[in-house]
Amino acid sequence: MKSLAELQAIREKTLNRINLRKEDEAEATRVVIGMATCGIAAGARPVMLAFMDEISKRGLNHVTVSQTGCIGMCRLEPMVDVILPGQEKVTYVHMTPEKVGRVVAEHIVNGRPVEEYTIGAAEK
Amino acid sequence: MRDLSLHILDLMQNSIRAQAKAVSLSVLLKDDGMLSVIIEDDGCGMSEELLSRVTSPFATTRTTRKVGLGIPMMAENCRLTGGDLSIESTPGVGTKLTATLDTSSIDCLPLGDLPGTVTTLVTMNPDKPEFILHCRSPKGEMHFDTREIREALAGVPLNEPEIAAWMQESLREEIEPIFGGVIL
Repeated sequence: MKSLAELQAIREKTLNRINLRKEDEAEATRVVIGMATCGIAAGARPVMLAFMDEISKRGLNHVTVSQTGCIGMCRLEPMVDVILPGQEKVTYVHMTPEKVGRVVAEHIVNGRPVEEYTIGAAEK
Repeated sequence: MRDLSLHILDLMQNSIRAQAKAVSLSVLLKDDGMLSVIIEDDGCGMSEELLSRVTSPFATTRTTRKVGLGIPMMAENCRLTGGDLSIESTPGVGTKLTATLDTSSIDCLPLGDLPGTVTTLVTMNPDKPEFILHCRSPKGEMHFDTREIREALAGVPLNEPEIAAWMQESLREEIEPIFGGVIL
């Protein structure tokens, strides 16, 4: 493994930010991605990596990305839940890396869920 | 599943569910084109009874439904190439899964985005288990170990977006020369 020195540099950069974040844990926005066999087969991995990339580019310190198992609606995978603090969970279905940019910009940054990508729109 | 790296991501979820403290993944390509994918964990292991039926699509530890397709789909993809999948397990000690594939077979899946798989596993499971990756082919080899990264980061969590980006990039740089052109 190489460039552990590079890692040290990233560490210095992120350290301050992490300390800041610890103080307002309740303000965290959560992104939860279905990563069971069905989710992975449908393309959850590129979706997850796209979220990490977008969050990193925009420097969104208050967003955490985590995984969950299969919730029984395999036909709608890849599924992603976005939970803004103090708000109802929003479930996005049939996600793609292309849709991630809009979800981050409109929902996570500006607080307006992208209705057309949600489970409500898909099940109509 | 479109490629082996997605299967690997899926199979390694089993080790995570088994409460493993460390999971090691070896991807080894020999001169003759035979590829071994070995996943070894120190998780809870399986009883002989569960082990005997675990390659069946109708075996799962989940209680919400009756199918589990991860292992049977990988086993099928191995057999299509003339390879095989075997699992050894000891309750309380751990499990070792060995999949072999003949990369010269037209039915062999490409390896796919292995850096993406490892980055996803680490980012989604930042605290435990530790992930150890070993890749080897006639062109070279590489090692990756989250314990080394954890030490270098001294307290900064492994799921920071910048660290995920670094991990994906450095894994790509190291893995591509090993498998590039052959099965990627």
